[in-house]
Amino acid sequence: MEDYLVRMENIYKSFPGGVQANRGITLEVRPGEIHCLLGENGAGKTVLMSILYGLYKPDSGTIYYKGKKLDIHSTKDAIANRIGMVHQHFMLVPTLTVAENVVLGQYPAWKVINDMDKVHERIRAMSDEFGLDVDPAKIVQDLSVGEQQRVEILKALYHGADLLILDEPTAVLTPQESEHLLKFLRDLANRGLTIIFITHKLEEVMQVSDRVTVLRDGKVVGTVNTSDTNPRELARMMVGREVLMELKKAQTEPGKVIFLVRNLRVKDARGLEVVRGVSFEVREREVLGIAGVSGNGQTELALALAGLIEGEFDEMRLDGQLITKRDLQRLHRLGMAHIPEDRQKMGLILPFSVAENFVLKTYRDEPFARRGFLRFDAIRDYTRSQVSKFSIRVGDIEEEIAHLSGGNQQKVVVARELDRQPRFLLVNQPTRGIDIGATEFVRQQILAERDAGAAILLISADLEEIFALSDRILVMFEGRFMGEVPPDPALIEQVGLMMAGKTVQVSD
Amino acid sequence: MELMPALLFLQSMLAATWRMATPIIYAAVGEVFTERSGVLNIGLEGIMLIGAFAGYSVAYETGNLVLGLLAALVSGLLSGLIFAIFTVSVKANQIVVGAAFNMIGMGLSAFLYRTIYSQSGRVLSLQPFRPLDIPGLSDIPFLGEVLFRHNIMVYGTVVLVVLAAFVLYRTAFGLSLRSVGEHPKAADTTGINVPATRYVGVLIGAVLAALGGASLTLAYSDQFVEGIVTGRGFIALAVVVFGAWSPWGAFWASLLFGSFYALQLRLQAMPEVLIPYQFLQALPYLATLVVLISLTRRARAPRALGVPYP
Repeated sequence: MEDYLVRMENIYKSFPGGVQANRGITLEVRPGEIHCLLGENGAGKTVLMSILYGLYKPDSGTIYYKGKKLDIHSTKDAIANRIGMVHQHFMLVPTLTVAENVVLGQYPAWKVINDMDKVHERIRAMSDEFGLDVDPAKIVQDLSVGEQQRVEILKALYHGADLLILDEPTAVLTPQESEHLLKFLRDLANRGLTIIFITHKLEEVMQVSDRVTVLRDGKVVGTVNTSDTNPRELARMMVGREVLMELKKAQTEPGKVIFLVRNLRVKDARGLEVVRGVSFEVREREVLGIAGVSGNGQTELALALAGLIEGEFDEMRLDGQLITKRDLQRLHRLGMAHIPEDRQKMGLILPFSVAENFVLKTYRDEPFARRGFLRFDAIRDYTRSQVSKFSIRVGDIEEEIAHLSGGNQQKVVVARELDRQPRFLLVNQPTRGIDIGATEFVRQQILAERDAGAAILLISADLEEIFALSDRILVMFEGRFMGEVPPDPALIEQVGLMMAGKTVQVSD
Repeated sequence: MELMPALLFLQSMLAATWRMATPIIYAAVGEVFTERSGVLNIGLEGIMLIGAFAGYSVAYETGNLVLGLLAALVSGLLSGLIFAIFTVSVKANQIVVGAAFNMIGMGLSAFLYRTIYSQSGRVLSLQPFRPLDIPGLSDIPFLGEVLFRHNIMVYGTVVLVVLAAFVLYRTAFGLSLRSVGEHPKAADTTGINVPATRYVGVLIGAVLAALGGASLTLAYSDQFVEGIVTGRGFIALAVVVFGAWSPWGAFWASLLFGSFYALQLRLQAMPEVLIPYQFLQALPYLATLVVLISLTRRARAPRALGVPYP
């Protein structure tokens, strides 16, 4: 254990239902280094770190920390041992102030809280020292995502963390914010803090880490020095085979306008206008990408276009036909297909079987039904053919779709929507939370659909995805488009600024 | 001489308002704690009935009102403990458990009352808490009658609300309780014991509901009647929403509903009002509906309300 701050030895952890998240993982982290934990979703990274942070108890295995065996039974023990964690979903109470969140759980229950002035002062001092720009008096729900993340980091530092764990911290940030965060972390490491950085993004690993441990299916594939490796090798370690790093995108000539909307305005569930008058058109054989940080109105935009919530607009046309009111049946008939943002809540009915999910939109029609009765043979045959055509990994087509992995679930949605050969395909966050293999597959399908003549609207917070698939890119910020750019990788910087709300002149 | 009767009407109505609101205030302030911890206890009505009977029975047998209150408190603790075991530990559906409590409270109190006290066919009344006139202040015209000639349970509501607001907003426990109802996982990661905090929230709510029930038999009237709570437990649930889940909000909202009770009582007593009394009695409940439908958009419930953890 000589020069290790943490050594997790032979960690096993399984969950009820038989998921084996960690299968004998050994991880060593040196003091003062930034150590990346790289792996696909479901590789066991978050579970491993949750064990270190006291959220889960391992089935077996030992943890050594600062040269001693460490028994952690709760997060309280972790905090007492100066381990801090910034979770992917922030662990902040939205209705409390920053300062209240920082001291939450730190006092005995009967204590009257009368030292908040001192807490505020200390937070301000730390905020200045680390350049975090955090106001202790603000209510957390009024802060932007980036600010909330800085509060999380400050919370860990306030509790005196020597080891800071960050779980996919850049997933919610603009490129500039990410850049800033990575620099900040390097700063912290230089001050002697040890950082474990969970990610599945290769560029980040290369940019920020000293060493990297790759996990796959709950096991360690290997630990390497970042300077001795490259993205291609890391990707191979992560996936277990060669990965196509770049998609082949054929040149196409866009045809006539398939979908257009003028001055669309949409309110969110709270009644606030979150899409504030946007207009665009999508043509045949074209992918129009909408970039932006999540939460800038993309969700509502997609729902309104798909006819799932009300929106106001001056004009909307699909395949030349005027759309005047919310009518899903008609949109469907005119050839709209929708791959929704949240497959588990909208795209699929989780307790239903794979076969049932495949015919969710067509079960009333021949050949799946006749005279009001379902024809199970036809449904099963169809499902089997689709499953093999799209190589979806299922045990049995009658099993609950909830048991499938995220990637395979998404493949079901994509297969179902594309089977109808849509004129207009609305795709929102098609590869979020799925593994590299499935991502590659879904992206290829989208491009194939484009080449076959569909008009495609792609909404994604993943800039790399937007640039890889789109023919034109619109950048969305606070419900408006900041401008249009071609998918030229040289323009990523500008797009990032536009995502943060800056007006940028882009010369074509 | 038009003014005097109007003033007298107002004076007696306002005094009655606070009296009528008292049981609701206890139950509603308690429920604020329960719901702020993320648990919805719709069994208030049943727990109030149990408290009303326990208080009455012990006070009647011993002749000691304080022992009666203590008995109500213990009955609340026991009810709350059972409720918490089912909803927090077993993670049963909170609505179902709450509904069960309403039925149990109704059945148990009626059964015990009939077996023990209604054999003789006479009403067995006790000597309830008497009004405590505050020396000096109670002689102020108008205000004296409205504010300073009440029994101890009525005065107690103010102490309760001040204390409740202090605990909820100024102590570490209050902070933990609020965070557990909003984002239990975040609370968990900071080392807060989520189930224990919710147990305490449920217990506070059940004890106060039982005391509210007991205030009906020990202070407001002098006897137990089957179903004496008559929907006040449900009104308290509405009051919590209307009062935006804060102790002071619950206090003022309870007074609003108390005023509807007081108004219908006064109207019943006026011979020139020709509305059948059954309609007047329905007034507080109708008012609940109207108020809830029209005015409750402004506040948001605790995010984790009704959701078991983990």
